[in-house]
Amino acid sequence: MTTAESAASEAELPVPKAGVSIGSRPLDDDFKTVGNVRVNDARMSCTDVNVFYGEKHAIKHVDLDIGKNQVIAMIGPSGCGKSTFLRCLNRMNDTIDVCRVSGAIALDGQDIYDKKLDVVPLRAQVGMVFQKPNPFPKSIYDNIAYGPRIHGLAASRVELDEIVERSLTKAGLWDEVKDRLDQPGTGLSGGQQQRLCIARTIAVEPEVILMDEPCSALDPIATAKVEELIDELRENYTIAIVTHSMQQAARVSQRTAYFHLGHLVEVGETTEIFTNPRHKLTEDYITGRFG
Amino acid sequence: MNDATQNRRRAIDVVNASLKKRYAREARFRRIGLGAVVLGLVFVSVLFFDIVSKGYTAFVQTHIELEVFFDPAVIDPEGKRDMQEIARADFRKLVREPLRALFPEVKKRNEKRALDGMLSGGAPYQLLDMVRSDPSLIGQRRTIDLIADDDIDMLVKGHIDRNAPPSDRRVNDQVIGWVDTLTEQGRVKRKFNSGFFVNGDSREPELAGIGGAVAGSFYTLLVTLVLSFPIGVAAAVYLEEFAPKNRWTDLIEVNINNLAAVPSIVFGLLGLAMFINLFGLPRSAPLVGGLVLTLMTLPTIIIAARAALKSVPPSIREAALGVGASKMQTVFHHVVPLAMPGMLTGTIIGMAQALGETAPLLMIGMVAFIVDVPGGPLDPSTVLPVQVYLWADSPERAFVERTSAAIIVLLAFLIAMNTFAVIMRRRFERRW
Repeated sequence: MTTAESAASEAELPVPKAGVSIGSRPLDDDFKTVGNVRVNDARMSCTDVNVFYGEKHAIKHVDLDIGKNQVIAMIGPSGCGKSTFLRCLNRMNDTIDVCRVSGAIALDGQDIYDKKLDVVPLRAQVGMVFQKPNPFPKSIYDNIAYGPRIHGLAASRVELDEIVERSLTKAGLWDEVKDRLDQPGTGLSGGQQQRLCIARTIAVEPEVILMDEPCSALDPIATAKVEELIDELRENYTIAIVTHSMQQAARVSQRTAYFHLGHLVEVGETTEIFTNPRHKLTEDYITGRFG
Repeated sequence: MNDATQNRRRAIDVVNASLKKRYAREARFRRIGLGAVVLGLVFVSVLFFDIVSKGYTAFVQTHIELEVFFDPAVIDPEGKRDMQEIARADFRKLVREPLRALFPEVKKRNEKRALDGMLSGGAPYQLLDMVRSDPSLIGQRRTIDLIADDDIDMLVKGHIDRNAPPSDRRVNDQVIGWVDTLTEQGRVKRKFNSGFFVNGDSREPELAGIGGAVAGSFYTLLVTLVLSFPIGVAAAVYLEEFAPKNRWTDLIEVNINNLAAVPSIVFGLLGLAMFINLFGLPRSAPLVGGLVLTLMTLPTIIIAARAALKSVPPSIREAALGVGASKMQTVFHHVVPLAMPGMLTGTIIGMAQALGETAPLLMIGMVAFIVDVPGGPLDPSTVLPVQVYLWADSPERAFVERTSAAIIVLLAFLIAMNTFAVIMRRRFERRW
């Protein structure tokens, strides 16, 4: 197909035929997100968030609410900025020297980019699970106990034991590891390690959990377990998950946000997004035309 | 389709044709590598064989067994048992007499002197020390192994050629005759040379030991370790984890790398100018030596520690930050412990370098002839490699074997340190 044809089809036909050419074209700077970015009971609320990596404008004018006790999935092609956006939510981007964030992100009405705000309590409130399982090279027990210890959440050893057991139970790992808590966490299988990392995150009792492609390094069975776990955690936590798998987004989330080259293109109820996408780019992506 | 099959066949033919050449290249590379390893091992074994074969005889020392009468008339004529008086007594007479009694035919003055000279200048002090520890010996007769002179030691050990013309050897035929007579009587004994390990330096090879140098090296390295490890690790952690990345930190990094390549003698001059002349610290002291060696080893430790910190995977930092650890907690709970094996390796390499360092210590006066074993880091002393340097300069044949023996001890310390480093590293790695 020639360029002229592709341009014509894009302009005239309701469903564009193909290609990379559509996906790689940036949207206008004054693009407005399709769908309702706000929800009634928002835990976190982002307004006009921009992220720059040096000269590169990685996130462009994103407004988004993250609803209480909901799972919001962020999808989009590689390099669209969904992970970058997620890392803004607990200021993990602070560790990257060239990274600059502007706009407002509020957790329960409190601006987390406020100069006076301490990132330590913020990260205790907004926990994070990473793409690759990254247990500390310590025992399973110490992996879970580390967070409660540094924050002083347990007054006694007994209390700490309880926290460890509760966290591992919630992460569905207790029965598998209860007899070998003193063995290194790095000796577990990939799926177990990831659930250990989730247990470590919930051990400090955060309010929001951010998950950056938590299943991309896992096999389908381990993935299913983690997805089940995410669904259970929703009762008590607010979860934002970045995923490459649209099936996963459809399975675990209530709302879905589609990112495209730094823009938040469309947000909506997950069922709506997957059955009736309103923006052409969203539709192309979820139907597998590019990505 | 046909074309494709033909192409594929041609490709595999080309692959097959090139195989032989590839394997030959690999075999050649392996042989070169093996050759390099073998060559290195040959040089090391030649070095070790040479040093050990020259040095092992220094670990035994020739003694002459004599029956000594602790004559009260010589030691303590007034019978007061006053140790200060006794120390001034003529113990040389006591060691002279039993030897002269064995060879009554010796009458001439110069012959008598040659006979007396068969015993070491340290032999009278052997007796003095015995009396000091047990005054009841006075008035008794005892059979004692007295230290022989270094020339006799060399003769007994076979380092002096008996067939050489008399003018070319340090012992004349008459002395050789006496030694043979004593040997026949079973009075010449070769005993383990414990004095070599505990004595300080001496002009007399048979009395010289590395005790002073070992103690000096110990205090010097102690000061170096106590200063350079914490400073080096702290500097590395700050530069790697906390310092802003700007032109100043770049400048510091360049300077640290430069310092690592500065000739060590320059650090010696700096130490002389700063620590001794400006701060007025004592000359020849292990404290100053340790300070100078700290300056020298710091760049090594900082560079190794930074490399170790860099190699800690960022995922561990993110994990710690993710559960709400502060920067400081992340660094000290996770990053530093993981980098510790690398830091220790760097430190031990730096310390091994410091143990073998000579040039900067010459500048701060640790090359002085010091007889006493230092009792602390402020006493004047020397160190092992400088002791080797000093003895290697001495003309006496007996110092040759002592030089080699001192090198053996130095190498033993180095091997022990490196083994310790490996064990420490293993232990740390197992824990994590």
